[in-house]
Amino acid sequence: MPLPFEKPMDELEARIRDMRAYAEDQHVDLSSEIVALERRLESLTRDTFTNLSRWQRVQVARAPGRPTALDYLGSVVEGFTELHGDRALGDDPALVAGVAKLGEIGVVVLAQQKGRDTKENIHRNFGMAHPSGYRKALRMFDLADKFKLPVLSLVDTPGAYPGIAAEEQGQAWVIAACIQRMSRLRVPAVSVIIGEGGSGGALALAVANRVLILEHAIYSVISPESCAAIRWRDAAEAPSAAEALKLTAEDLLEQGVVDAIVEEPVGGAHKDPAGAIEAVRQAVEAEIEELRRVPSDELARERRERFRRMGRFLEAN
Amino acid sequence: MALERWFRRKRPTRGDDDASPKGLWLKCSGCHAQIYRKDLIANLFVCPECAHHERMPVEARVAMLSDEGTFERWSGRVAPTDALGFVDTEPYVERLEAVQKKSERLDAVVTGAAELDGVPVALAVMDFGFLGGSMGSVVGEEIARVAERAADEARPLISVAASGGARMQEGALSLMQMAKTTVALEALAQRRLPYISVLTDPTTGGVTASFATLGDMVIAEPGALICFAGPRVIQQTIKQDLPEGFQRSEFLLSKGMLDDVVPRAALKARLATLVRLLRAGLDGEPGDGAAPPVPLAREVSLAGAGGAGSGLGSVRGGVRVDADEAARALDAIGAGADDVDGGQGSGDERDDDGNVGEESRSRATSV
Repeated sequence: MPLPFEKPMDELEARIRDMRAYAEDQHVDLSSEIVALERRLESLTRDTFTNLSRWQRVQVARAPGRPTALDYLGSVVEGFTELHGDRALGDDPALVAGVAKLGEIGVVVLAQQKGRDTKENIHRNFGMAHPSGYRKALRMFDLADKFKLPVLSLVDTPGAYPGIAAEEQGQAWVIAACIQRMSRLRVPAVSVIIGEGGSGGALALAVANRVLILEHAIYSVISPESCAAIRWRDAAEAPSAAEALKLTAEDLLEQGVVDAIVEEPVGGAHKDPAGAIEAVRQAVEAEIEELRRVPSDELARERRERFRRMGRFLEAN
Repeated sequence: MALERWFRRKRPTRGDDDASPKGLWLKCSGCHAQIYRKDLIANLFVCPECAHHERMPVEARVAMLSDEGTFERWSGRVAPTDALGFVDTEPYVERLEAVQKKSERLDAVVTGAAELDGVPVALAVMDFGFLGGSMGSVVGEEIARVAERAADEARPLISVAASGGARMQEGALSLMQMAKTTVALEALAQRRLPYISVLTDPTTGGVTASFATLGDMVIAEPGALICFAGPRVIQQTIKQDLPEGFQRSEFLLSKGMLDDVVPRAALKARLATLVRLLRAGLDGEPGDGAAPPVPLAREVSLAGAGGAGSGLGSVRGGVRVDADEAARALDAIGAGADDVDGGQGSGDERDDDGNVGEESRSRATSV
């Protein structure tokens, strides 16, 4: 299913497909027409995607078919070995943890996993972790420090799960603990926001030395729908809320919340998952390569200072 | 259903009967008993009948926790700005200006130095009446600064949270305050200075999920709503009624999330005891732990603060609050002395996500 604003491109794609089929069937040469249509498709896609509203960007960030964390892990790192469980309550499939190789270096990986279909979405709770998931992350931070394994986190969640058990098990407490523990890491930490960076549940895995964001990913204190429900008293105002929240990659770069934007293939990561995955691999490798030379104390200090500086306010003389 | 009952309980409507316009009498939002205004203030905004803890104005809270004349304000040098140009049904700048004027402060927290039962401490007290106590860049900065200055001056830090969470009008920058306040606490941790967090009604969202639950000890006042996601959000997600008492202090204590629930009247003494104890370890500096701890038994006897015969004197468990002084403090914050709840939401449950308080300040009913 194309996104609403993808319809014209979708139609153009269909025409190109038909024309190819016809050319093959009838043994006629339509290559110049096809090339012309492909050029038109590319420029239409480019135009459309450079002029998306913030609400449309939110839709891209959540697009079905957009690569999920595990899709990235297949190629960004090698030999990803999942490690399960929080050693207290269970294992949370919404937050995947493990070890892997990034180039020659061993790394700890944390990833919020949404489903690629309804069945997996239910299994993964739509990428919304319970406290158990964050407790597993805490365990991984300890592992990373003990064996000097850099941490790579892939962030993609609507938010930490709001439920009865989640509250009883201290959702707020574990998120705070993750923020604190991750800020104390003595190894390099790189976070990539690959889809939705939903509030505290996302930040819990993103207290990194470098925070990267995919071009069409979002990172926000609250979902546009919830923001609209509260501030406009009307969830249908989500597009207005998305505008007001300034939650796109460019907005966040301007606010100093993220350090760099990883460009997506034209038309978004869901149009060319392999291209997006390769872009992330290169970006992550470059960051780790740079950070691995930084001494442990310096890494922790730099990370603390990165977050200590966050915010905008006026200061009295 | 249970949920509605909580909100009814917490959200008194303004009385039509304004027979005593000065608000000499107030109706408790817990048991609806009529209470003499001065008595409520003298009783630290705790109902003498049912021990319901009303939300407390910041000035009264500071007065309650500081030894007389010892509070020195640190906050107030940073002011909020509208970094995103945020407009919903009204521009954020206009909301800010209105609440700044009304509250006579720049943002939703007051910090400073004080002596608490003779122990020098740093205090941070949040103001729920200021845009729902929401944490934007300024609240984050004030919390970070009080932690760092406390560390510099070797003072333990005590924070009193009351917040709807992150301030969404500041977008992702407000989210980042969760990390900022957390990393600033390192200054205290590195010097092994105690940080005790007190959670009051309500403490939710990004404040609960950052500095407010990172205390060496986390203590709550009775009956406070404390949560990550608010009851309404959860109910919408799971489409079920919530259990009785869910997300209230006593419930969280039973779930192992709090060190204790301490009645307001006993809070100052408890904090003093804990701070002294934490500094009386094997590495404690001579003198730090020398003062005898306040006996816990005394606190217990005060636990039913509203109980019969508790009286309404101005001295309670080492807490001295002069009724007139508190009333003056109330007037000073422009709240009108009948505003005993520090500014609650408009009753539409919107504090679940951190934005109550600004819409309208419902008040304990003047009767």
